Amino acid sequence: MPPPPLQPAIEVSRLVKTYAGVTAVNDISFTVPRGEILGFLGPNGAGKSTTMRILTGYLPATSGQVSICGFPVASEPDAVKRRIGYMPENNPLPEDMRVSEYLYFRGRLKEVARAKLGSRIDEVLELCDLKRVRHKIIGKLSKGFRQRVGIAESVLAEPPVIIMDEPTIGLDPHQILIVRDLIASLRGRMTVLISSHILPEIEMTCDRVLIINQGRIVAQGTPADLRREVLGQSAYEIEAAGSLGSLPFLLGAIDPGLAVASEGPVDPLGFRTIKLKTLNPDDVGEAILRACLSEGLRVRALSRAQPTLEDVFLAATRRSWDAVAENPKAPAST
Amino acid sequence: MKHFLTILSHEVRMLLVSPNTYIAAVLFLTLMGFIFTGILEEYSKAVQDVSPASVFFEFYYLPVFFMVPLMTAKCLAEERRLGTIETLLTTPVTTAEVVLGKYAAAYLLYISFWGSTSGLFYILKRFAGDSRLIDPGPILGGFLFVAVSGLLFVAIGVFSSSLARNQSVAGILSLTFLVGLIFGGRYLGSASWLDREALSPIKDAVEYSQINQHFQDFTRGVVDTRELLFYVSGTVLALIFSVLSVEAKQLHS
Repeated sequence: MPPPPLQPAIEVSRLVKTYAGVTAVNDISFTVPRGEILGFLGPNGAGKSTTMRILTGYLPATSGQVSICGFPVASEPDAVKRRIGYMPENNPLPEDMRVSEYLYFRGRLKEVARAKLGSRIDEVLELCDLKRVRHKIIGKLSKGFRQRVGIAESVLAEPPVIIMDEPTIGLDPHQILIVRDLIASLRGRMTVLISSHILPEIEMTCDRVLIINQGRIVAQGTPADLRREVLGQSAYEIEAAGSLGSLPFLLGAIDPGLAVASEGPVDPLGFRTIKLKTLNPDDVGEAILRACLSEGLRVRALSRAQPTLEDVFLAATRRSWDAVAENPKAPAST
Repeated sequence: MKHFLTILSHEVRMLLVSPNTYIAAVLFLTLMGFIFTGILEEYSKAVQDVSPASVFFEFYYLPVFFMVPLMTAKCLAEERRLGTIETLLTTPVTTAEVVLGKYAAAYLLYISFWGSTSGLFYILKRFAGDSRLIDPGPILGGFLFVAVSGLLFVAIGVFSSSLARNQSVAGILSLTFLVGLIFGGRYLGSASWLDREALSPIKDAVEYSQINQHFQDFTRGVVDTRELLFYVSGTVLALIFSVLSVEAKQLHS
């Protein structure tokens, strides 16, 4: 009984969750199309884990609707549970089982056919680079291995939707790379929802990013969109020697919003870093360089500063806090 | 109930690799061995009226008090402490299947422990050669009583385990419940203040739930359906409460 393929993988509309008077998730709506990798960002306590738990059917929502592959979580939890692979926060694993035993047990619970299970376990062990530890007891594995056991378990039954709460926590850079490649290899085949605090990770793996704070979505879109939308400005850095002269005037001619934001200290060679800012999203680097040269500045370097997702994240969450501080009773809006 | 067997076989496996099981088994067989030799010494001194089997099974509560907590304390409390209950319940498994699977595994273990005491009777038969000592009636009645009452005792252990996050707390809780059930009933049965006219329904209920009385009936070969119903309904109730307790804790996690 496969649902029509047009159904989005994850559909959340007006989701609200309150715990004993505290609103953890406040009117969240978003849709994830099939095959997309969505990054879920937010400071601690923003409601990421709660949203994920509601998506898996582990927690009931206070109000709102959530459906996975077209199946509403509230009324058809079984159909939903057959379509998700979930790795909770902190990746709980039984201490006293061997890796392959654990995967076998989980595969049986997830209704993988017994005949197929053995080869599928071999596949995921290979995929997650766990072959060496397949007969080890999980309680004796290092953090990185445990994390990969959790990831292997979540992709084991080849579910269309994978939800991972902080999958890269506690991994070393090499293992993060493996996990990143692993998640990227799922692109197109499975829909992946991951939350993380490691922003470069999210930026590299995810097609789209969703930032939530205090239970509300504060920004969503591709990383590039978010930069433009949230920061709304681009910055340039010039390392140059010589007097600025009429440079500010010339810059104004290139773009009315372009102005010198700051000047750094002069180094022994006479060069200093000049920071420029503009609201214009287009690249005006060449025009800036020409203006500097015509003014007789000796330019050593010119670069367009790439705001990291971190900046976007900080700006977006700060903005939402400001909004809350200004108008504490404002209705939720995204 | 598709996953019941998966969980049951997993649980049995985990019980068989856990040192707890073997500690419980050694303690149990040591204790039962001592009790059995004690009884036989009495019998070798003087001829007694009752069969040694009924005296032996009279001590059924001693192993219940330490074995049931040891075997069941871990089952749900540990899942909650480690958080694996979350991964377990996000697969297509119902809470009832999880609770029943764990319960059935613990019950099987309980039964197999008691089953091993049949070895004591075999040794007695083999070496005493006195057919008066081996009366099949009380032996069968005793084992039947242990199997039926075990349903309820193990269910109480599972229920206690669903209440706590900590294994020791769960163990002490189940010990308390079991002592309350077995000795509390005995105490209330002998309490004179219940003899008043107004309290007679309570008196009836207390008489009905006298586990020791049930034991006497079973070893005399009287299998009363009301007594069976007492254990079966108690078991069902304890298991339903365990399922509810797991689900309620999930809501407030």
